[in-house]
Amino acid sequence: MDAFIEVDRVEKVFDVRRRTGFMKRERRQVRAVDSLSFTVARGEMVGYIGPNGAGKSTTVKMLTGILMPSAGRLRVAGIDPSRERTRLAHRIGVVFGQRTTLWWDLPLIDSYRLAHRIYRIPDARYRENLDRCVELLQLESLLDVPVRQLSLGQRMRGDIAAALLHDPEVLYLDEPTIGLDVVSKAKVRGFLRELNAERGTTVLLTTHDLQDIEQLCSRVMVIDHGRLVYDGPLAGLHEAGESERMLVVDLERELPPVRVASARVVRVEGPRQWLAFPAGQSAAPVVAQLAAEYPLVDLSVREPDIEAVIAKMYAEKAVS
Amino acid sequence: MGAGRLYGAVAAGGFRRYATYRAATAAGVFTNTVFGLILVYTYLALWDEKPHLGGYDQAQAVTFVWLGQALYATLAIQGGGFEIEFMERIRTGEVAIDLYRPVDLQAWWLASDLGRALFQLLGRGVVPFVFGALVFPTAVPGDVGRWLAFAVAVVLAMVVSFGIRYLVALSGFWLMDGTGALQALMVTGIFCSGMALPLNAFPGALGEVVRALPWAAQLQVPADVLMGKADPVPAFVFQAAWAVVLLAAGRLVQLAAARRVVVQGG
Ligand SMILES: Nc1ncnc2c1ncn2[C@@H]1O[C@H](COP(=O)(O)OP(=O)(O)OP(=O)(O)O)[C@@H](O)[C@H]1O
Ligand SMILES: [Mg+2]
Repeated sequence: MDAFIEVDRVEKVFDVRRRTGFMKRERRQVRAVDSLSFTVARGEMVGYIGPNGAGKSTTVKMLTGILMPSAGRLRVAGIDPSRERTRLAHRIGVVFGQRTTLWWDLPLIDSYRLAHRIYRIPDARYRENLDRCVELLQLESLLDVPVRQLSLGQRMRGDIAAALLHDPEVLYLDEPTIGLDVVSKAKVRGFLRELNAERGTTVLLTTHDLQDIEQLCSRVMVIDHGRLVYDGPLAGLHEAGESERMLVVDLERELPPVRVASARVVRVEGPRQWLAFPAGQSAAPVVAQLAAEYPLVDLSVREPDIEAVIAKMYAEKAVS
Repeated sequence: MGAGRLYGAVAAGGFRRYATYRAATAAGVFTNTVFGLILVYTYLALWDEKPHLGGYDQAQAVTFVWLGQALYATLAIQGGGFEIEFMERIRTGEVAIDLYRPVDLQAWWLASDLGRALFQLLGRGVVPFVFGALVFPTAVPGDVGRWLAFAVAVVLAMVVSFGIRYLVALSGFWLMDGTGALQALMVTGIFCSGMALPLNAFPGALGEVVRALPWAAQLQVPADVLMGKADPVPAFVFQAAWAVVLLAAGRLVQLAAARRVVVQGG
């Protein structure tokens, strides 16, 4: 597979000048991205997550060419983004969830007509893409509404359509579901899934909503303090995060904490006990031993909560 | 060709954006008419004291007042055009989005501001002017050529006005807070454009200086062209020269600003 996005030991250091008193200034350097390397193949859909201030937006900005890396090498579709920003612009689409590229005072359709001119989209192509976006993102009734009157979810769908009219090969989404309700989130996710499946558009998705990742991305990259701390399938995060599964057992009566190999009791509440065991391990031997040695009434297994896994991961990295 | 259509669409958008705010337009027409009345009576009293002040007779002074009111919003003499929005985009960092699109930032805002200016001319300028011309004796020419020359001067004035405000707006890339720059723009706009007093009534060296500044290209020059007080060709040359200088300066500063964003982030 060809690497469509290549990031090779990229760094971004910001100079921050702060006033510390009259005529006194302090200069400090913020290392927003620190020797970051990854590649994304054409047609992949990758989640890019990390805590606030981890460097996600900074990475996306470097990939669009509006920020120049302080060091390292960056290529998108073979183009050096900051060097050939304008040429690259015709091939990428960007949605910043917190910002809009739409024309605030005018009906939504005007922003699309403008995109038609900005990207010099051939008329037939423009029509086709617009119709498709309007249908899939349910924009029909919104086209004549001024953007300022759109709800957040409607505006976001409008922004996503605007980013796709020129058939970009790659779409960067920086928190596209921020502030959306469940229904709007589902619409956006459904659309992205289809876009990726049908058009083979490469998608890099930055989000704080792990459900976005769970539902869309087979691969996830976790960044913290500007460094990549995990790159792989979402399921693998459990092992990387040393997470645990939980066995909840109901016994016939109240008993002292049970003793079973490779599981430990973390909570007791009357006849109910909670046993934690490593996520990579099968529950069968634990259950077998329990059934053999204790008066077991009922049991259930709880999968680890991915949010908890990631929260733990962030916290650990912050300490180290 | 493609670029022409793009910026044409941007200008049309600029026009329609302002057209959607009908109440604001109506309020603006009212304000300009009231201010015009106040100024007219002040000028009439002044010209009674000093007839032919600045080479204008009373009818010409009155005409100047109504032209000022008609062009006030069009030329954003006190500010209030694209620069408000542009500075806000700089402040919030949204300007970064503008940078990754394959458009020229300066041409984009120029087109958008020309669209706005044209709307303001029609929506806010015509009514106070016609009102003034009907109620007071004015020096409005009947000659079509003069009106055409005036139209050219107004378009050039729009570009000069944009050029000044573009530079002011770009200062937002370096200043944390743009309010100071906007206030300075407001005061110089009123004073140096002749909104307060026609520039040819300014005495001595001060008069020489203000008449050479770019603000003179905004109200004073179009007014003099319309009233036949200035030859059109040298007037156009004066305006065009300032337009070129200001746009070129804007380009240079824009390059430095873009470099700053690309290196330091918005
Ligand atoms: N223009 C800038 N100047 C100085 N520091 C900056 C600039 N832009 C970002 N930073 C710093 O770089 C770090 C990474 O910021 P970035 O916006 O990439 O984080 P993020 O992962 O997108 O966070 P969030 O989840 O909050 O959006 C932060 O410490 C931030 O303060
Ligand atoms: Mg961010």
